[in-house]
Amino acid sequence: MSATAADEVRPDKVLHEESYLREGFTLRSWLLTRDHKRIALLYMISVTGFFFLGGSAAALMRLELLTPQGDVVDAETYNKLFTAHGVIMVWFFLIPSIPATLGNFLIPLMIGAREVAFPRLNLASWYIYTLGGLFVVATLIAGGVDTGWTFYTPFSTLFSNTHVILAAAGVFVVGFSSILTGLNFIVTVHRLRTPGLTWFRLPLFVWANYATSIILVLATPVLAMTLSLIVFERITHIGIFDPALGGDPLLFQHLFWFYSHPAVYIMVLPAMGVASEIIPCFARRPVYGYRMMAYAIFGIALIGFLVWGHHMFVSGQSAYASIAFSLLSFIVAIPSAIKVFNWTATLYKGSITLPAPMLYTLGFVGLFTVGGLTGLFLAATALDVHLTDTYFVVAHFHYIMVGGTVMAYLGGLHFWWPKIVGRMYPENWGRIAAVTIFIGFNLTFFPQYLLGAWGMPRRYHEYAPEYQLLNVFSSCGAAILTLGYLLPLFYLVWAMLRGPRAPANPWGATGLEWQTPSPPPKENFSHTPRVVRGPYVYHPNGPAEPQA
Amino acid sequence: MSAPAPAIEEASEQFESIEQQRAAAELGMWVFLATELMFFAPLFLGYSYGRWALGASFAAASGHTDVVIGTANTAILLTSSLFMALALRAAQLGQQRATRALLLITAALGMTFLALKGLEYYDEWREHLVPWLDFRFEPRYVHGAALFYFLYFGMTGLHAVHLTIGIGIACVFALRLRWYAAKRLSRQIEIGALYWHFVDGIWVFLYPILYLVERHG
Repeated sequence: MSATAADEVRPDKVLHEESYLREGFTLRSWLLTRDHKRIALLYMISVTGFFFLGGSAAALMRLELLTPQGDVVDAETYNKLFTAHGVIMVWFFLIPSIPATLGNFLIPLMIGAREVAFPRLNLASWYIYTLGGLFVVATLIAGGVDTGWTFYTPFSTLFSNTHVILAAAGVFVVGFSSILTGLNFIVTVHRLRTPGLTWFRLPLFVWANYATSIILVLATPVLAMTLSLIVFERITHIGIFDPALGGDPLLFQHLFWFYSHPAVYIMVLPAMGVASEIIPCFARRPVYGYRMMAYAIFGIALIGFLVWGHHMFVSGQSAYASIAFSLLSFIVAIPSAIKVFNWTATLYKGSITLPAPMLYTLGFVGLFTVGGLTGLFLAATALDVHLTDTYFVVAHFHYIMVGGTVMAYLGGLHFWWPKIVGRMYPENWGRIAAVTIFIGFNLTFFPQYLLGAWGMPRRYHEYAPEYQLLNVFSSCGAAILTLGYLLPLFYLVWAMLRGPRAPANPWGATGLEWQTPSPPPKENFSHTPRVVRGPYVYHPNGPAEPQA
Repeated sequence: MSAPAPAIEEASEQFESIEQQRAAAELGMWVFLATELMFFAPLFLGYSYGRWALGASFAAASGHTDVVIGTANTAILLTSSLFMALALRAAQLGQQRATRALLLITAALGMTFLALKGLEYYDEWREHLVPWLDFRFEPRYVHGAALFYFLYFGMTGLHAVHLTIGIGIACVFALRLRWYAAKRLSRQIEIGALYWHFVDGIWVFLYPILYLVERHG
């Protein structure tokens, strides 16, 4: 196995005139590549496709909710729409978004490695993702599924007449792609760091993806087994979730949320990593409290495993369990708050510039803060009884996942686009899109907080007439948001083909990824870099000192 | 069939040295086993729930498992792990033929386990203990017993799938020893052995919770 791989690398080749994009132009050279950078691009194309597929389901829902009556779709179809939206966005966009695209591309570069530890496994994980995606597309073509993305029992096992098995199979399969990506990152970060790159010299983006990988590896298999049990129970009508046989539907909720709450941190930790790279760069200041930031990442990952019961305050779990989960949910807010304070403190007395990546990132910090604070409302047991299953919950998690993760993902794409494609994106368009998305997002989701607080339940295609005004705001916001998301699709592709050439380090940033040409050669570095200092040596009035 | 292997083992391109590659592969297997453990976890949690909520039924159902075969299989699997450990040692010492023989014994013990397990499944099918195929049990315990056997087949079935993969790995190594020096394969055998011991370890937990519930007196 090593013989053929070794033949491709000729030490005498002039590396810095080559780029990974020029290593081959055939479809085969992409589909059979083991280059982490090309696999990142394969992932990027796939998740973008699913983002717009899931987004169109959301667009149809917002169209339906313009009026109190059900006029665009019937109740059944509406149920299928929000299920498709949830399943696609959670498992096929948000979870792979930053780790599998930016993480795949950047982690080896940031640690000065030539590749991830297991390149073939990395490619396999993209194929597994694609296979899972095909299952989901098949589900949609066959007529969809109506259980909600949470697959709650006994509805999903005994009562739903839709394609639960097909959808669960898709999620089961895609889980293994997450696991393999996580495994690869853990081993890569442990074993392939370049000389001098100690743990506390790692960029926070690497820390964040490392912690995410641990969650992926430990939580995802639980979901896989839980979904298998659902499928088995549907087929044989025997199973541990069926109350008619002495089983317990609450057991399903425990298992599901044991995965799905940490999954929220799978989605948001990498976003925090992105923000921690971009803010120091455009404030020209070292990140405030670097070690604390690293510890906070791990605090979130660890405590995040212990809060799942806050999804079950009204499900009939014991009151004592609810109190414990409530307390732990308040505690997990502490490391999150530390991160927000430290980003803010990084800005203090910095020389702040506001190009598109910084605008996206500042948007991320603000929206994440709102989403996080409203999460505390929901973690309070008494208040949660009122707010459960209302639009308040919908608004809360969209502030975290869309306002947080998607903003950071787009910020990261703009920040590293010059590195990825070797060309600059049009700055003004980038800023216009960032502002459009920020406005559209708030207009879409802020009214939903109010709707939820006033008692509008989620997951209905009709509603009482007094809720209409805010729903119209929300739907208009969704239209603006759609425009905002389409803009980068066009100008980033344009930049890839026609944009001005990017230098190796257009932002004057410190990380190792900026010390190799844009786009990088296949082997990433012409010679192994040796790291001599920590990651964020920025000076407000002077040039940054590179890490190596 | 294959080109003669290079005399010195070369690291793949992403690694600086063969030591680094070994360390990476070993850590990779440990992480994979952590994933595997969590994959089994919901079944163990489901069992704990059933044992707690439907204790009498679980005890009654466990009384119908074949404790003789179960115990024999436990002994066989533990012995197989011993032979796997010996095979690894032989490989590290470069004993070509011993490694091969020990790996084959390990695989044979694994296959014996599977054969006995199959026999056991067949008996259980004849006694109507397969929950989705005309399940029959004492009426007052029937629900809990169905749940017990659901978990029994789920857990032992999943274990059997893992063991089959383990046997495949042992056989592939035995075959590859025709062309490769044992010492060269020893690191891969070590990683395979980790997996084998993991599968064995899962059984060590399955045996008491499935076969030995309130078997005293």
